Amino acid sequence: MRVELKRAIYEENDVIARNIHEGLAARGIFAVNVLGGPGAGKTSLITQLAARLRGEAALAVIEGDVASDIDTKSLRALGIDAYQIETGGDCHLNAPMIKAILGRMSLADGSWLFIENIGNLICPAEFVIGEHIKIVVASVAEGSDKPYKYPFAFARSAACVLTKPDLVDAVGFDEAFFRSGLAAAAPDAPVFPLNGRTGKGADELLAWLRGARAAELRPSPLPNHLP
Amino acid sequence: MHEASAAEALVKMVSAEAVARKAARVSRIRLVVGEATGYMRESLEFYVAASARGSLAEGAILEIRYVKPLVRCPSCGLEFERRRFSFECPACGCQGVMTKAGSEFYIDSMEIEAPA
Repeated sequence: MRVELKRAIYEENDVIARNIHEGLAARGIFAVNVLGGPGAGKTSLITQLAARLRGEAALAVIEGDVASDIDTKSLRALGIDAYQIETGGDCHLNAPMIKAILGRMSLADGSWLFIENIGNLICPAEFVIGEHIKIVVASVAEGSDKPYKYPFAFARSAACVLTKPDLVDAVGFDEAFFRSGLAAAAPDAPVFPLNGRTGKGADELLAWLRGARAAELRPSPLPNHLP
Repeated sequence: MHEASAAEALVKMVSAEAVARKAARVSRIRLVVGEATGYMRESLEFYVAASARGSLAEGAILEIRYVKPLVRCPSCGLEFERRRFSFECPACGCQGVMTKAGSEFYIDSMEIEAPA
């Protein structure tokens, strides 16, 4: 007997994510899901933003890694409230993982919450985890073809941060080609160059994030899994 | 690795549906996958078979229908399949934008067998 289903594989995840989102939104917590390949500069980006928000607003970080808590330790050493999720092999964060760790965190109302996803441009794009927005971090060292190869990581992100801009000449980064691919995958996403070591560009990114925080009332859209 | 958690979620969903309908087993699962999601046929088959062991979906045939990613040209309106490393419209040369087609990932239907 044929049974019609038409159900998204990750529907359970999506329901949990929606509940997380509503819980955070009700407390004025703004959650940013940070995507990017390994070594793109996700942790450096968060560090730069945290330095600028210090004393102004509460901020917490959830660090996702397959294994190790190196990033969490370095963030804590800087006085940043950081929590580790070790997925033990899973290549993305999902909503149940976020739900579990939020239960162990004491987030202040009105906080910024940065969630650093696993270094990977593929499956993290397939999951909503309760965030308001995704942003994608790409370093020029990864090459200018990334929006063509991993369109969803860009398509589902509200902004793109282009890191290591000082390496453009050294690695022969073709910015026009990159931006052309980005325009096709994510026509509305602005690009923010950021030097994660010096912090150059972080003010512009933060100004945009403040705007997104003020404007964004709805959760990050679901990844179109159903027809 | 990417396909393992998907396979688990899929098996959990069809098994629960089969239990709710008092089926003896699930004989076929029809899955729709957008090609741009990067879920590979061989991996899905491998992990679904492994996850289904001991469940009502054990031994079910997995039928996967892949959907080509479509790009739409904002100037001439043509919808076309992407070429490698390009979003360019084959008709007018403008830069296309991605559509929903190619991002699917859902169970379309399944076949269940009633108890003997």
